[in-house]
Amino acid sequence: MHFPSVFSSSTASPLPTLSDSAMDPPLPVSSSEPPKDIFSEPPADTFKDPLNKTSAEKAASGGLSKAQAAVPVKVAADEELDDLFSDSLGESGAAPVTDVLSAPQNDVIKKDIFEEPPKASTDLFGDDDDEDLFKEPLGAMTKKPQGSLFTEAKSEAKAARPEQSNSAAADLFTEEAFTVTPVVAAAKSSVNTSSKTNGLHSDEEDLFAEATVELSLDSPHNDRRKREAAKPSAPAPSLSASASTSKPQPKTLEELEEEEKEDTFDLNISVTNPEKVGKSTTSLSMFRSKQFTVRRRFSDFLGLYEKLSEKHAQNGYIVPPPPEKSILGMTKVKVGKEDPSSAEFVERRRAALERYLHRVVSHPSLLQDPDVREFLEKEELPRAVSTQALSGAGFLKMINKATDAVSKMTIKMNESDVWFEEKLQEVESEDQQLRKLHAMVESLVNHRKELSVNTAMFAKSVAMLGSSEDNTALSRALSQLAEVEDRIEQLHQDQASNDFFIFAELLADYIRLLGAVRACFDQRMKAWQRWQDAQNMLQKKRETEAKLLWANKPDKLQQAKDEIVEWEAKVSQYEREFERVSATVRKEVIRFEKEKSRDFKKQIIRYLESLLQSQQQLIKYWEAFLPEAKAIA
Amino acid sequence: MIKLIVQLSSPSLLRSVSVDLNNDSSLLIDIPDALCERDKVKFTVHTKTTLNSFQKPDFSVSRQHEDFIWLHDTLVETEEYAGLIIPPAPPKPDFESPREKMHKLGEGEATMTKEEYTKMKQELEAEYLAVFKKTVQVHEIFLQRLSSHPNLSKDRNFQIFLEYDQDLSVRRKNAKEMFGGFFKNMVKSADEVLISGIKDVDEFFEQEKTFLLDYFSKIKDSTAKAEKMTRSHKNVADDYIHISATLNSIAADDNTALKQHLEKFAELLEKLRKVEGRVASDQELKLTELLRYYMRDIQAAKDLLYRRARALADYENSNKALDKARLKSKDVAQAEENQKQCLLKFDKLSESGKKELTSFKGRRVVAFRKNLIEMAELEIKHAKQCVILHSTCIDLMDSSFIFAVVQVRGRR
Repeated sequence: MHFPSVFSSSTASPLPTLSDSAMDPPLPVSSSEPPKDIFSEPPADTFKDPLNKTSAEKAASGGLSKAQAAVPVKVAADEELDDLFSDSLGESGAAPVTDVLSAPQNDVIKKDIFEEPPKASTDLFGDDDDEDLFKEPLGAMTKKPQGSLFTEAKSEAKAARPEQSNSAAADLFTEEAFTVTPVVAAAKSSVNTSSKTNGLHSDEEDLFAEATVELSLDSPHNDRRKREAAKPSAPAPSLSASASTSKPQPKTLEELEEEEKEDTFDLNISVTNPEKVGKSTTSLSMFRSKQFTVRRRFSDFLGLYEKLSEKHAQNGYIVPPPPEKSILGMTKVKVGKEDPSSAEFVERRRAALERYLHRVVSHPSLLQDPDVREFLEKEELPRAVSTQALSGAGFLKMINKATDAVSKMTIKMNESDVWFEEKLQEVESEDQQLRKLHAMVESLVNHRKELSVNTAMFAKSVAMLGSSEDNTALSRALSQLAEVEDRIEQLHQDQASNDFFIFAELLADYIRLLGAVRACFDQRMKAWQRWQDAQNMLQKKRETEAKLLWANKPDKLQQAKDEIVEWEAKVSQYEREFERVSATVRKEVIRFEKEKSRDFKKQIIRYLESLLQSQQQLIKYWEAFLPEAKAIA
Repeated sequence: MIKLIVQLSSPSLLRSVSVDLNNDSSLLIDIPDALCERDKVKFTVHTKTTLNSFQKPDFSVSRQHEDFIWLHDTLVETEEYAGLIIPPAPPKPDFESPREKMHKLGEGEATMTKEEYTKMKQELEAEYLAVFKKTVQVHEIFLQRLSSHPNLSKDRNFQIFLEYDQDLSVRRKNAKEMFGGFFKNMVKSADEVLISGIKDVDEFFEQEKTFLLDYFSKIKDSTAKAEKMTRSHKNVADDYIHISATLNSIAADDNTALKQHLEKFAELLEKLRKVEGRVASDQELKLTELLRYYMRDIQAAKDLLYRRARALADYENSNKALDKARLKSKDVAQAEENQKQCLLKFDKLSESGKKELTSFKGRRVVAFRKNLIEMAELEIKHAKQCVILHSTCIDLMDSSFIFAVVQVRGRR
């Protein structure tokens, strides 16, 4: 895991370590502004208004531009994009599949970086020379996206050269995503792993679709922004520094390409066709662009989580938790043949896994993790062993958790940062309230199901009544009523499953996620504890040194001094680590909140739409019934 | 304790069961208000009449549920009315379910926010009120059906019920009588089973009998199912209250862009629960109540058939007795007299019964038609309201998005 280490170095500071790659944040060539501000603040705003975008763009563009000085060449070539193009590359990219675009961009960017880092400027835009570069990248993108998209993508890629292109890309992303975590994206792009950004975007396809349209409209803006962005580009590097890029900058082109490809795929991850194979449900995840399909067991998903949390949780990342194992539900699936409840269980799990994967790949750092890639691509995965609930490993895990909980209680952290204190409190109270809400929505689901069942029974009963009725018109009306009630029953049933899948599951997800958020606060606390312990130790060592001095024992003195030096180093290392974890936690929490509010909004609207639809159906049904009632003579 | 005085300013407004009363204005009865104290409900019965069998043209008396039952029972027991469908007695006021819920709510008060509790309480009070109004209404309908009936409206006991300005002081049935009543019922149903075996000579009654028996069991079932359905609909509406309240408290803690969405969502649910609550209560009023009423009415019609069948059996028995008497040439005249009486009674019963049953049928169809139309219209109305609520809410939520777009465009 070079991940953490790299990370630490980068976070540690604009240290020399990073110097090699274009990305290096510390080398803010023209950074006029302190990148950090941009970084920390922009995220929230970005989403809301265009301005934010700009900031994000700036960040992104800045980073890219500086490092890569992208060239906006080919864009014009693209079909519709021409006009737009002139203003903004972003458009072109936006319209078609984002993934494709993004991927190419990355390549381009990287190339730029490598080849000619400092070409930032609008002038470059006109230049076609860059195209060559582009071609190369295109070649790299051997994927088979649709032709049209592809071309666009290429154009973008070319564009990427010029700063504008980069910025455009960034814009696109930010805009589309709306709520997408622009900050992160920006940071990443700047870092050089623009691919990440892409990945993020791609996840939110729906938004994307909408976004696309708008993007085209906005394109002019983008231009402006790009220009603006060009100026602030300087800060970008610094941003990148702050951005926790897990990967070291110096990547070979091939690597980059690879990444890009991945991203593309990630865009359309879906878990489909859960099958009952032997004893377990397998799921296929497929990537649309390349029709990439792998089979995974449920335990593989858990295994992925285990791996990810092992690696990333300690750094303060929020690792999305997978759906819980349900022994009861599983046994039902195994035992029951065609039981509707088991079908529902499978569907529920499928949807939950899909959301889980989306959350993983939408996380910029997790997406970079080799295990994720492996999970998505590799044909055969070694069987995840430790995920079985009733295994020895599971038992060990339980014990670990218990000791963790105890140690957590013993740590008394005097919080220096009010932000963390407040956030933690917020998270805790939100957790409680979400649980309450979840229980209520569950009860709504149950009541609605009950209503559906009762309506069905009533429908049957009325049908019988209708058959007994000796007045023909009334009999007819009653059997019509029975039919209407029958349909309404179906409506209630559908609505119940909407209540569940759209609303209740969202809440369940977020209850789990809040658990992960709390865990990352815990990690921060642990880091703090380590630092404190080291400080105490250092204190002790100093005391012994003093004692030795007093006792005048020069032979041991040297050893004591060495120890002090050693512990001093440790203290500063732990302190840095703590700072780093804190920074990550803060960023992660902000990102989480953004994602949460986007998710909630999306789901609430979806939920309302489902309610709206069922009411519209209701109107239809009753309107059809009304003449029947009137026909009773 | 709950104490309610309900002013039914316009009783016609909430008339759920139309019984197609003929509009004879010679005797108009209504229950303008009622007082509820614990289990006792005191109804004010107001009468307006042009008939001179009453002392005054306009008067009011206070009556309790037991008085209504007494009136019903005396009518049923009057030999003269055996050939009529006696309007079913109003059911005993049932405040148990809302009371129980109120009790539960009190227990669960700690787990709810204040706002939630208030809303739940309001909801229960509304439910209580609805039950109360319904009770008043069925009592009123009972009297109105009596007053609109050509024979029953002239009943002496009925007039006493309406006019006597003192407490009727109908005793509650004591244990022995209760048991006696129970026993009588047992005998009656056993008798019913015995008699039902006898093939009727009259095609009309034979048909009517099978129809009513079948219809009764069906409508009984439907009533139970409809009750269950409306109850669960009510539960759904109540869930909205809780969800809305919780969403509000989450929104209060939230300070991101999500806050306003949550608030809007909560607000919408709050409105929705009212609409859904209305849907449930309208169904209850238009559908369940209709079924319930006709279930009782059919029971009354069945009772008529039973009395007729009983008379038929009596007549046949008297025939046999006459034969026997003739054989023994003993008490022939008495037996002949008896047989004549039975025949007379049976014929009379058959004749009025036929008339009653035919009019009952027409009445039922009209009532079903009216209620089904009203229900469908209400359902459409409520659903349309929901659609409007939903779409405005969705628009509002999207507006932030649209707003951004507009801004962008504007800048361009």
